[in-house]
Amino acid sequence: MAHAYTPRLRVSRCVKHRTRRMLPISGEVVVSVGDRVSAQDVVARTFLPGPVIPFNLSNQLGVAATDVPRCMLKKQGDEISRAELIARSPGIFGMFQKEAFSPDNGTVETISQITGQVILRGAPEPIEVVAYLAGEVVEVIPEQGVDVEADVAMVQGILGIGGEAFGTIRLACQSPEITLTPDLIHQDMQGQIVIGGARMTGEAIKRAIEVGTAAVISGGMDDQDLKEILGEDLGVAITGSEKIGTSLVITEGFGDIAMAARTFELFKHFATREASVNGATQIRAGVLRPEILIPLNPEEVTPDEETSSEHGLLVPGARVRMIRDPYFGLLGKVDSLPHELTVLDSGSKARVLTVNLDDGRHLTVPRANVELIEE
Amino acid sequence: MTVKATPNPDDLNVILATDCGSTTTKAILIQKVDGHYRQTHRGEAPTTVEEPAADVTVGVQNAATEVGELSGRKLVDEQGNIIRPVDGQTGCDAYISTSSAGGGLQMMVAGVVRNMSAASAKRAALGAGAIVMETIASNDKRKPHEQIQRIRELRPDMVLLSGGTDGGTVKHVVQLAELIAPARPQPRFGGAYKLPVIYAGNPDAADAVRDTFAGENIELAVIPNVRPVLEQENLGPARDRIHDLFLEHVMAHAPGYPRLIEWADAPIMPTPGAVGNILQTIAERQGINAVGVDIGGATTDVFSVFGTEFNRTVSANLGMSYSISNVCAEAGMDNVLRWVHIDMDERELRNRVKNKMIRPTTIPQTREALIFEQAVAREALRLAYIQHKEFATTLQGVQQQRTVGDTFSQSTGGATIVDNMVLDLIVGSGGVLSHAPQMEQTVAMMIDAFEPEGITSLAKDSIFMMPHLGVLASVHPQAALEVFEKDCLVYLGTCVAPRGRGKRGKPCFRYQIKGDGIHETGELKVGEMRLLPLPVNHTAEIVIDPERGFDLGDGPGKPVKGTVRGGTVGIVLDARGRPLVIEGEESERREQIGDWVAELNVYE
Repeated sequence: MAHAYTPRLRVSRCVKHRTRRMLPISGEVVVSVGDRVSAQDVVARTFLPGPVIPFNLSNQLGVAATDVPRCMLKKQGDEISRAELIARSPGIFGMFQKEAFSPDNGTVETISQITGQVILRGAPEPIEVVAYLAGEVVEVIPEQGVDVEADVAMVQGILGIGGEAFGTIRLACQSPEITLTPDLIHQDMQGQIVIGGARMTGEAIKRAIEVGTAAVISGGMDDQDLKEILGEDLGVAITGSEKIGTSLVITEGFGDIAMAARTFELFKHFATREASVNGATQIRAGVLRPEILIPLNPEEVTPDEETSSEHGLLVPGARVRMIRDPYFGLLGKVDSLPHELTVLDSGSKARVLTVNLDDGRHLTVPRANVELIEE
Repeated sequence: MTVKATPNPDDLNVILATDCGSTTTKAILIQKVDGHYRQTHRGEAPTTVEEPAADVTVGVQNAATEVGELSGRKLVDEQGNIIRPVDGQTGCDAYISTSSAGGGLQMMVAGVVRNMSAASAKRAALGAGAIVMETIASNDKRKPHEQIQRIRELRPDMVLLSGGTDGGTVKHVVQLAELIAPARPQPRFGGAYKLPVIYAGNPDAADAVRDTFAGENIELAVIPNVRPVLEQENLGPARDRIHDLFLEHVMAHAPGYPRLIEWADAPIMPTPGAVGNILQTIAERQGINAVGVDIGGATTDVFSVFGTEFNRTVSANLGMSYSISNVCAEAGMDNVLRWVHIDMDERELRNRVKNKMIRPTTIPQTREALIFEQAVAREALRLAYIQHKEFATTLQGVQQQRTVGDTFSQSTGGATIVDNMVLDLIVGSGGVLSHAPQMEQTVAMMIDAFEPEGITSLAKDSIFMMPHLGVLASVHPQAALEVFEKDCLVYLGTCVAPRGRGKRGKPCFRYQIKGDGIHETGELKVGEMRLLPLPVNHTAEIVIDPERGFDLGDGPGKPVKGTVRGGTVGIVLDARGRPLVIEGEESERREQIGDWVAELNVYE
């Protein structure tokens, strides 16, 4: 039977999900294997070496670089505070001495007799890593981090803005075709994960920021609105560090596009439940998609819905969505997968499939321009 | 790592070569046919450095298996190993590979003076195939703590530190080392990875640099200076060491690479390094000036050889899928749309651009979508070429010999060496150029983006084979050259275009062309283009007589004779002037573009 593979974002009612939580540099892991953690529990912490402040004593004291160590009143490793006297030039017979004072609090890290430069290391900055996912610690990587595992309902979006967020799921739209407009966002949605339907308008995003939602999830958005919110054009799809006041996730794409029915039904099913959201996206080698994770209660756990062999299999009868103009967003069922290359309207030759659209039309589209969906 | 003996070129009849790209692993089979090396089969498979396979050799096996099926030659055994040597219809004599998977090689470079030692270090790193994430220089106008902060944020695979001519400054070089050491740059492969730092500066400072890095989690290699004297660069040792360290450190940490290194009969090269290698070899052998471009989904690489000078730049965020949105942002939608001769809605286009960025594997289905993508490609190529020209310069800081004639010239070095008038060949590769439905489209994109002047041949890399041939050149240069000429390049034709500007509709140049099956004379007015068919492997003699103010290489208004090479498209006479400016109201602009599109049969 003709078939092909096509990428697909994960939407699952129950899946065992493992997340790795790592420190940027070595530090202390504060939980053990088997511990139950909630999403915002600290699992590891460390201290980033403080900022480095170089200053040239040779110039300040008016002495040769080789003489700097002799002028120092502090030695390497000594702690010093801002404006503290740290060096004095010998002057001439004890006269015309020049003094140097510390520009900040910290520790003397190095004193160079080649460049005359002293490097001051500021106070260490504490860094904490939280569990992000409520679940069980299943592995500890000593001094570096942990793996947390849980049975979750999971939705992968196509693009997110902003980083990790936590809150209760709250439906703002009652069906996936409804556009998320500002009147649907209420004051009591503060700190919640707001679920829209189709496009989230720019005004709705502004209202969500004003209210202080944890995150807004919807089918699509207009690029022009995103540009206004970010204050610049998003050049490459590497996101996660934006600080706009809420996290955003679109599940389908840019433009007026309804959230996939299955995705919306999942959110509806889990309305009022606690969830973790991460808007970080990286569409490069090593693809990272934004995600919404909803930890399940033990009685909700069922066997995994998907097996790897079925994942991404494009066969006649499979539900697909067009992901490229001129049919972007339309839904249908695969009719056939011709083996031969077909000439497109653009003049290119490509592998295609034929699809019966829900509105009754029959189309031929490149296989690269569809994705599988489940409903 | 075990060092293998290089295969004897005389024993090589069947060669398997792969290029492990970020998304696709491409395999080609090169065989000796009637005493000549030819590329006979190709196959590809998704690259498998990511989960669930997380082993690059799986993709290589799949691509090699496809080539094996197509050629009827079994190349992979039951254990998944590449079969060697040849035994009848089984196996190959040598297996070679390049790689840019996993983001390629990412480097930070540092030098004392930004336009001198730091520029030389950057050239060495780029020439070796690296992506240069940051250049730190003593005079880069940032305060030391800002520089340190920047180094801390980066996660390079390797650092190249230079500075000072031989016997020159020690102090400034050590100062740079003193910035890098406490910043403790974190390599992206994690804490267990010892960050390689290559020191290629004033040898008198080597001991002090070594002392500065002592005790840090750094592996220091000291090599000859990249800029031993101001007048000269010595980039070879730095490039070689970067390649060695790439293999020993970076690749060894990527999933499956130790096995791939073990398989390969020659050191694995970073993909762009290999492309540079073949372009240099060709330019040298044929005595020509050449520019090569590879426009990918995320990045655009430009390579040039002018005289003996080789340069490469990577425009990290100019590409046709992952970076398409960035091209539109950097160029501006107006600049993209100036190449479009039909109606398009900007708000709708913005959404389409973003949808391509988030679903990078989709392809244009309609003529309208293709026209828009090719307009974006022109801007990506144009911007990448501007960046290349700014980077490929004569050495700065070199004392110029000046004559009385130079009295009013203020040249101090640092001028670009990229001169379109003396450029002989442009080679385009990458999906949007190589897979354009019509080769006329490829020609139009290349001419609009690069604006060649004088007489310039245009070619495309048929299936992006240059990386494979670059690494093959290190094992068997003759085989690499034969395949390059016969199978790699598809000659599209020649562009003839004068430098200069004039009023639209006024005479620009007269031409006379005689050759295999062609005999034409005529005149072009400013703003016109003309396409004269001349088939592949045909040449013709051309005489062009430009009007005053137009220059084809011998000076304004001076007639020029030359040879033009035919191709799948033919000879394009371009009287639009250089620099190329599209003027006029919207309707006039569309009419002009429409005329050019019609004359070149771009969207037939």
